[in-house]
Amino acid sequence: MTAIPLQLPRRLLEFTLDGEPTRVPEGATILDACRAAGKDIPTLCEGDTLTPKNACRVCVVEVEGARTLAPACSRRAEAGMKVLTDSERARTSRKVVLELLASSTDLSTTPRAAEWIKEYEAKPDRFGPDAARVNETPKIDNDLYVRDLDKCILCYKCVDACGEQWQNTFAISVAGRGFDARISTEHAVALPESACVYCGNCIEVCPTGALSFKSEFDMREAGTWDESAQTETTTICAYCGVGCNLTLHVQENEIVKVTSPHDNPVTHGNLCIKGRFGYQHAQQR
Amino acid sequence: MDLHFGDSAPTDEERAAVDSLLGPATSAWEGAENRSDADLRWARGGREARERRDLLLPGLHAVNDRVGWISEGALAYLCRRLTVPPAEAYGVATFYAMFALKPRPAKVLHVCTDLACAAKGSAQVCADLEERVGAPGAAAEGFAWQSSPCLGLCERAPAALVLQAGTPYDTVPAQRDPRLRDVGASARATGQDRPDEGPDDGGTTPVRADPAANGAVVRPLRPVVDGATAEPAPRRQAFAVVAPATADALVDAATAPEDAPDEPSAALAVPQAGQEGLILLRRVGVVDPYSIDDYRSHGGYTALRTAFDIGPAGVIREVTDAGLLGRGGAAFPTGRKWQATASQPDRPHYLVCNADESEPGTFKDRVIMEGDPFALIEAMTIAGYATGAHVGYLYLRGEYPRALRRLENALTQARLRGFLGDDVLGQGYAFDIEIRRGAGAYICGEETALFNSIEGFRGEPRSKPPFPVEKGLFGKPTAANNVETLINVLPILTMGAEAYAAIGTENSTGPKLFCVSGNVERPGIYELPFGATLGDLLDLAGTPTDIRAILLGGAAGGFVRPDERDIPLTFEGTRAAGTTLGSGVILVMDDTVGLPRTLLRIAEFFRDESCGQCVPCRVGTVRQEEALHRIKDRTGAEASNDIALLREVGQTMRDASICGLGQTAWNAVESAIDRLGAYK
Ligand SMILES: Cc1cc2nc3c(=O)[nH]c(=O)nc-3n(C[C@H](O)[C@H](O)[C@H](O)COP(=O)(O)O)c2cc1C
Ligand code: SF4
Ligand code: SF4
Ligand code: SF4
Ligand code: FES
Ligand code: FES
Repeated sequence: MTAIPLQLPRRLLEFTLDGEPTRVPEGATILDACRAAGKDIPTLCEGDTLTPKNACRVCVVEVEGARTLAPACSRRAEAGMKVLTDSERARTSRKVVLELLASSTDLSTTPRAAEWIKEYEAKPDRFGPDAARVNETPKIDNDLYVRDLDKCILCYKCVDACGEQWQNTFAISVAGRGFDARISTEHAVALPESACVYCGNCIEVCPTGALSFKSEFDMREAGTWDESAQTETTTICAYCGVGCNLTLHVQENEIVKVTSPHDNPVTHGNLCIKGRFGYQHAQQR
Repeated sequence: MDLHFGDSAPTDEERAAVDSLLGPATSAWEGAENRSDADLRWARGGREARERRDLLLPGLHAVNDRVGWISEGALAYLCRRLTVPPAEAYGVATFYAMFALKPRPAKVLHVCTDLACAAKGSAQVCADLEERVGAPGAAAEGFAWQSSPCLGLCERAPAALVLQAGTPYDTVPAQRDPRLRDVGASARATGQDRPDEGPDDGGTTPVRADPAANGAVVRPLRPVVDGATAEPAPRRQAFAVVAPATADALVDAATAPEDAPDEPSAALAVPQAGQEGLILLRRVGVVDPYSIDDYRSHGGYTALRTAFDIGPAGVIREVTDAGLLGRGGAAFPTGRKWQATASQPDRPHYLVCNADESEPGTFKDRVIMEGDPFALIEAMTIAGYATGAHVGYLYLRGEYPRALRRLENALTQARLRGFLGDDVLGQGYAFDIEIRRGAGAYICGEETALFNSIEGFRGEPRSKPPFPVEKGLFGKPTAANNVETLINVLPILTMGAEAYAAIGTENSTGPKLFCVSGNVERPGIYELPFGATLGDLLDLAGTPTDIRAILLGGAAGGFVRPDERDIPLTFEGTRAAGTTLGSGVILVMDDTVGLPRTLLRIAEFFRDESCGQCVPCRVGTVRQEEALHRIKDRTGAEASNDIALLREVGQTMRDASICGLGQTAWNAVESAIDRLGAYK
């Protein structure tokens, strides 16, 4: 949840979460309640700075009396609701969703994917060696960032961040339908020919590493990417008066990527091209 | 928004196509060719243009209908006119199967390979066609052909549709075109009860237009030109339905769709046409679908007068008391939906008629719209009146060109006579209807996907809640109903709720339309009161002795065995029998195609039609098809691993998908395994 400092106190409502009576503010999602209660539900398309598309379905829980499972990230808690987060039915769906994703896309850079696959005993290989995959090669068409759509789970976050939820640039959209749907510019033109302004706010929200800094992509290719050897320093962008927060990720005395704290109440993790990519001058030695 | 339109310019033809919808561009900001002084001083477009976003889909149709495909320049021009980001417009255009974003011939032949057509030999038609003109997709002989999901012509399987792009057809004088008059007048004159526009083979006798009919051209006439002095005529937009199809007839029709033989009357789809006692189908094949007078002389517009007499609340009360349940598949009480919409304080309210009919095996809505179009217009007016809407959208399946022309004519006539407009029948109620065409996407039949489609976005379902009665089309309270649901409102008002509710069973009231196709002697739409059994219906349609399976409810429905003839065809009866009525599909199959192939076709349908939004459906439908492919020649222990896998994937699609498409994608396969013993 985005931190919104000033607001009227919200009324509380009570519902049952895994048998325990639980009180949450009106408007809270089941996921908010789970997190408050310390329950760990996998999520992918949910993000702290965006309204989720609830498309990945890895967060489904069972609501007593409902015909289908409900996405915890988007379904609001209702008074009297009885929710089971760990029922056989919910766990099976989560497991199969992980299997479907892992058998069709490359989850190697998706944080926690490997851990969840283990926890749910998911077996992506069960669909056989001929199971169709997304099969995309990385699109390297500019110096700043790479789109490796083989890793894309189609969570819509980048589209929402580029479009109506943040950037208002609308350089990318989902094109095609079904299994052939892909994140794309118009007519799949290269980024420099598109409306992209290189704010990198799509990279900021991408949960899989499908969108990444060119510097990160190259280091991963070369096998030199090492998060344990990186430091993160949050500072202030000096380019203009907005004064956005920047978090510089530094490995071996080189800035390797720039993020921005999501809990900043003004910018919510968003930057412009200068703050995001204009760090070379800091490295001129 | 910082829009970026690229450098590609539209051709004159593309520009003309877009301008025919939106009017000429008034400034360079909107893509006018010359920049004026004023353009340099202030910007145009902006919010005003953005508010026309819902014209994106009609704009894409305008270009695709004129040129046959949508180029970069055409898309960019349309985007400028509407201030839509090109990436979004591209995402929308690529969502629909009827649009091409690569060059292709102006003529495209869609050959149905879906269930009813497969049962009637579509595989052979495709094989013959491939031999004659080459593989699907490739352009040969001036057209390209492709296989298609169900075209809603199942009673005349195997079916095909040719669409030719070109200059627009003339919508108005249709009623003067003798060939487009359905059967009505002539049938009554000759006293036939099953009038015939053409022979049963789909009409091989071409009926030529009388040139003296003077340019009254709709499909499939060529523009009438003045003999020797005429310029070569521009290619006109045209279509031809070929059903039942043979490869030869298809090549002829695709080569010159304007010259294709006429389609038989819609009445041919109604074996009971003209019989006593019909309620919903009583005018089909009896009235002239082009004549509002004929409609009125057969009881048309009496229900609307009743509605004005009893007021909106009275209409809702009658519909509620009649116990009308939605016929679009979900069986939701219509009175409750209308009440919930009517009572929303937020304005405006919208009425939407769901005529996207794409469930394989379903063709009832088409037959109503082709055979009795004014009935739907009247019913929508009543529904709008009851729910407080002043605009109704009729979302029509893109592959229904004949229904489109008849509805367009019906709207024109209704407006001329004051049955639509600012002051309907002088009652102080304003109502009008806009037709919006789908473009080849089954998912757009899901009501919230349909709203997105009308609004100019990708036809992806929204998550509910909020429900449409609260936030529907354009975020406003919306009542969305199926065609058949709506036309039931007419008899409810003319006979009264009580008499209506006396028809059928206690929980499924009224008459019901059934779409019977496949291996039966008399395929077509049947009207029976709820409560008739499957056996009753099969006897009417005439079944061979070697039936292997019956599919109820379409691809999203389920199979039953031929010995389950006692299943009552009611909502509660089918539910109790562990199956579903769905959209009223009764598809009968003998053993020629074989169950495994049929199941593969169903799986292919869902894989093709998944919108791709949620993982269980986007990937699950692919895995389902793969597994069915692996076991297509296997049984017993050899298939058991894959069947276990199918069950788990199927359960996940059912439990965790966003919408009804994913949730039902495994129904038919499951029923075939459990009920018919497939792969045993
Ligand atoms: C994938 C899918 C396709 C659908 N297609 C149609 C359709 O073609 N026509 C229709 O009337 N309803 C269709 N529906 C059902 C609609 O969502 C909706 O329930 C219906 O239009 C409501 O009208 P009714 O209450 O009059 O039945 C479809 C639903 C789903 C999930
Ligand atoms: S590129 Fe990343 S953010 Fe965009 S849809 Fe794919 S996974 Fe989500
Ligand atoms: S990131 Fe961009 S907007 Fe933010 S302070 Fe730096 S230059 Fe200004
Ligand atoms: S279930 Fe299928 S069609 Fe429905 S939203 Fe999900 S992907 Fe789209
Ligand atoms: S995290 Fe809830 S649906 Fe994706
Ligand atoms: S038209 Fe071919 S199956 Fe319906």
